[in-house]
Amino acid sequence: MATEAEGTGLVFHPMDQFIVKPLFGEGPVMWYTPTNATLWMLIAVLCVVALFVLGTRGRAVIPSRLQSVAEVFYGFIYKMVEDVTGHDGVKYFPWIMTLFLFIFFSNMLALIPMSFSPTSQIAVTAVLGFGVFFAVTIIGFVKNGTHFLGLFWMKDAPLFLRPIIAVIEVISYFVRPVSHSIRLAGNITAGHAVLKVFAAFAGIALIAPASILAITAIYALEVLVAVIQAYVFTILTCVYLKDALHPAH
Amino acid sequence: MATETLAEGVAHGGAALSSCLGANGSAIGMPQLCVDWMPNQIFWLLVALTAIYFFLSRIGLPRIGAVLAERQGTITNDLAAAEEMKLQAVAAEQAYVAALAQARADANRIVAEAKAEIQKDLDAALAKADAEISAKSAESEGRIAEIRAGAMDAVAQVAKDTAQELVLALGGSRDARAVTAAVSARLKG
Repeated sequence: MATEAEGTGLVFHPMDQFIVKPLFGEGPVMWYTPTNATLWMLIAVLCVVALFVLGTRGRAVIPSRLQSVAEVFYGFIYKMVEDVTGHDGVKYFPWIMTLFLFIFFSNMLALIPMSFSPTSQIAVTAVLGFGVFFAVTIIGFVKNGTHFLGLFWMKDAPLFLRPIIAVIEVISYFVRPVSHSIRLAGNITAGHAVLKVFAAFAGIALIAPASILAITAIYALEVLVAVIQAYVFTILTCVYLKDALHPAH
Repeated sequence: MATETLAEGVAHGGAALSSCLGANGSAIGMPQLCVDWMPNQIFWLLVALTAIYFFLSRIGLPRIGAVLAERQGTITNDLAAAEEMKLQAVAAEQAYVAALAQARADANRIVAEAKAEIQKDLDAALAKADAEISAKSAESEGRIAEIRAGAMDAVAQVAKDTAQELVLALGGSRDARAVTAAVSARLKG
């Protein structure tokens, strides 16, 4: 039963941190079971609420520290939506803000030791990615009708190239949600797995110092990755939304 | 010890919990790809996203938006007020400069008037003084002429008398007429 590695003392299961388990008791994970994923998503929601409720409690013209953080998030995403999608994209701002804040806080909370990273789960990021994909496609067809297909038909390319480009464009369009979701899950999974591997090495006295240094360095990198991936996911969402609103190249 | 707890977990049915867990309770392959756990995560993700969305669109974002708009309004108002005050300051400065110029012109005019007045008075006084002086000097001249005439008469008389006495003393006659004639001739001479 015990694995043979158990005896050597060097056991690592870098993927065990991604296991979904019920919060209360044991048993099969049903779709409604409160699990560690539930817990950490809930904490992310609470962080968002705390930031925006506690931060803006004073509604001060001269902001407190927390309020200026909330304002920075607001201003940053608002400006991104406005710059990338244009003025008519601003009404989707709450949606994009929701995505950004969820991913940002999930990524950041995942860096707490012993926590669970929802954004490392392909099920989560695929829902996000395909959600954006379907939303954007529907918005594209509703807003532009069949003109939306002009997205695939390059008018400034030579005529004989246009069908070929159209095929490539269609393929890349359908690959978008896949890359969109795997990029996020892959980054977070890889980082956390690497951290776990180095953490396992820290158990060996001889290489522990090097291992701990490496954990520190990778942790710093992971903080960066957490922010950047949230940013990348959001800005790509904005870009896709822009394509849907203004399909003409 | 570790082996025991693991074994225990398995005894409790670890393997039965999920097809994705190994006999020792650790993951088989990538837990992310475990289909057993996906519905759960999708469900809770949708719950979380819905919660965040409703919170943000109802409470979070309107608040921040209101604060930002208020700040923008305050800044705009302050800038407008500052602009207005600046205009007022410029106007005040212009008024001050104009008043200064006016005062300077007034002062110059008053000085010139005073000068003219003084000049007039001075001229009058000078003329009066001149007249007085000339009157006085004319009078003095008259007196001097009078005195001089008196003195000449006195001199002639003295000369006659002296001459008579001299003639008498030298043994001449007392012919007054001759002496007088002689003296007069000499005096004219």
